[in-house]
Amino acid sequence: MTEAVKTPHIPLEKQKLLTVNGDEAVAWAAKQSLVDVVAAYPITPQTIIVEKFSEFVANGEVHTEFVPVESEHSAMSACVGAAAAGARAFTATAANGLALMWEILYIAASLRLPIVLAVANRALSAPINIHCDHSDAMGMRDAGWVQLFVENVQEAYDTTIQAFKIAEDERVLLPVAVNLDGFFLSHTLENIHILPDEAVHEFLGGYRKVPKVKVDYFDEEVPLMLNPARPLSFGPLDLYDYYFEHKMHQVEAMKRVPEVVREVNEKWYELTGRKYGDGVLVPYEVEDADVIVTVLGSTGGTVRHIVKKLRREGKKVGMVRIRMFRPFPHKELAEILKNAKVVGVMDRAISFGSYGPSFLEINTALYDYKEKPLLVNYVYGLGGRDAPPELLEKMFHELLSDAEKGFVEKKLRFLGVRE
Amino acid sequence: MMIEVRWHGRGGQGAWTAANLLAMAAAIDGKHVQSFPAFGPERSGAPILAFTRISDEPIDLHSMVYEPDIVIVLDPTLLKNVPVTEGLKKNGLIVVNYEGDTEKLYKMLGIKKGEYRVYTTPATRLALEILKRPITNTAMIGALLKAEKLVSFESIEKALYERFPKPIAEKNLGLIKQAYELAREV
Repeated sequence: MTEAVKTPHIPLEKQKLLTVNGDEAVAWAAKQSLVDVVAAYPITPQTIIVEKFSEFVANGEVHTEFVPVESEHSAMSACVGAAAAGARAFTATAANGLALMWEILYIAASLRLPIVLAVANRALSAPINIHCDHSDAMGMRDAGWVQLFVENVQEAYDTTIQAFKIAEDERVLLPVAVNLDGFFLSHTLENIHILPDEAVHEFLGGYRKVPKVKVDYFDEEVPLMLNPARPLSFGPLDLYDYYFEHKMHQVEAMKRVPEVVREVNEKWYELTGRKYGDGVLVPYEVEDADVIVTVLGSTGGTVRHIVKKLRREGKKVGMVRIRMFRPFPHKELAEILKNAKVVGVMDRAISFGSYGPSFLEINTALYDYKEKPLLVNYVYGLGGRDAPPELLEKMFHELLSDAEKGFVEKKLRFLGVRE
Repeated sequence: MMIEVRWHGRGGQGAWTAANLLAMAAAIDGKHVQSFPAFGPERSGAPILAFTRISDEPIDLHSMVYEPDIVIVLDPTLLKNVPVTEGLKKNGLIVVNYEGDTEKLYKMLGIKKGEYRVYTTPATRLALEILKRPITNTAMIGALLKAEKLVSFESIEKALYERFPKPIAEKNLGLIKQAYELAREV
């Protein structure tokens, strides 16, 4: 949810109105972000991103080296190589394509390469399905990437630019995945405002700046990049002697992400007049709420629609959209949720044999609190199954009735599935 | 206020494009918009759906449209086997590509006279004349505008020129005007 600001540096009338779908919005963002290398392989519902971007390349509108690779495994590998050589690298994928990247996702994160990946979230096969759910993103949640989820097309554009800023911040130096719901955002046209190119360039500080490091065989600090003139090794053998310490660097880097995401959200607000909560969480009507629903992605809008409706009816309900899933904002979210009577946790993915991924996180977040809400997990929308307002309203009524009863009979519920 | 439009067409007739053009034009008019397809197992000729939302306020919803204010039917042969009036709001508007007996149309729609507002235009004939192809999507925008001035002509024109190369945009603009002229409430 965006809030109006009085004087953004680039007022709305200086921003360009576009009516584009989520994929095109991401392509526009990448175009303006001075990306040096794009390596990608097509997969629905991401294809339009790369299609549109290749148009920019063909028209000479960008300087980007476009590498049409033969698989997603190669796409991420090429991005790793490019980013290690100091380039700003971008790719996009979905579902099985993301699954095929899996091995290299870990390498990108461990080598601390600030690659940006757009994921047009789609269900994993089998059976084959091209529609939205978050099982693809949840498959990479332990890979060491920052994961952001957007609610609408404007946010897809905004967040893609922000992602480069976050990834390349020297406190972070981690790859960032921008998740936009397949079809619900990737193929949905909305009116958005984009910045002039120069404003984006300035926001990002121009081309990627590679941090300098001290290496014992050079007298001076050298840029942390592959360069034959000043040879460095990336990812050499690292056994029980130092591997663990290097993992600790990733642990520490993740801890610094929230503050950077908040800063970037705030800077973006000053620049454009748009912000998304504090960048990490987007709460709405939570202050006195008995029932709070948490949600990721585009369904957040539909949930807000219902919260508004129920508030008009005098029901004490609220919601939190989790914009950043990795690192997970346990403490901040728990502070928002702790006074509610019941929290409904919506997951568009399931860990078979367990619960939905964000449900596990929120249980962890609240465990140490003496006073805490009852928790219910709603798994919904698998394979693109729609979450219409009526269904969400039904969910809120169930939760309100749980709040009244003071106990929860069924912890894991499947929303909108045939019995 | 928010208006929800559901487009019925067959794969290849440009229902999604029409949904997008309408949204683009409304955005030029300063409205908040959404347009999207309902992607099924798509193939040329199969019945498909697309949606447009137009609102004065930012649009929160990200789900399909179940209770449209307006239904637009690009192909009259759909009337036989697609329940095009399903969920249509009370006193809603139906715009059909149709030329012929009105009673027969009402029978195919399965509605009574006065239940909804019904507009028709001979979109297939006009499209064949002007585009030399039975692509009826833009013609139906013309018919829609006759029934309900959702967007301005200027904005539709701008959207066409943004979306298509000049010669194609010109032809479609001509088609929209013709379809508008011949559109009538039945």
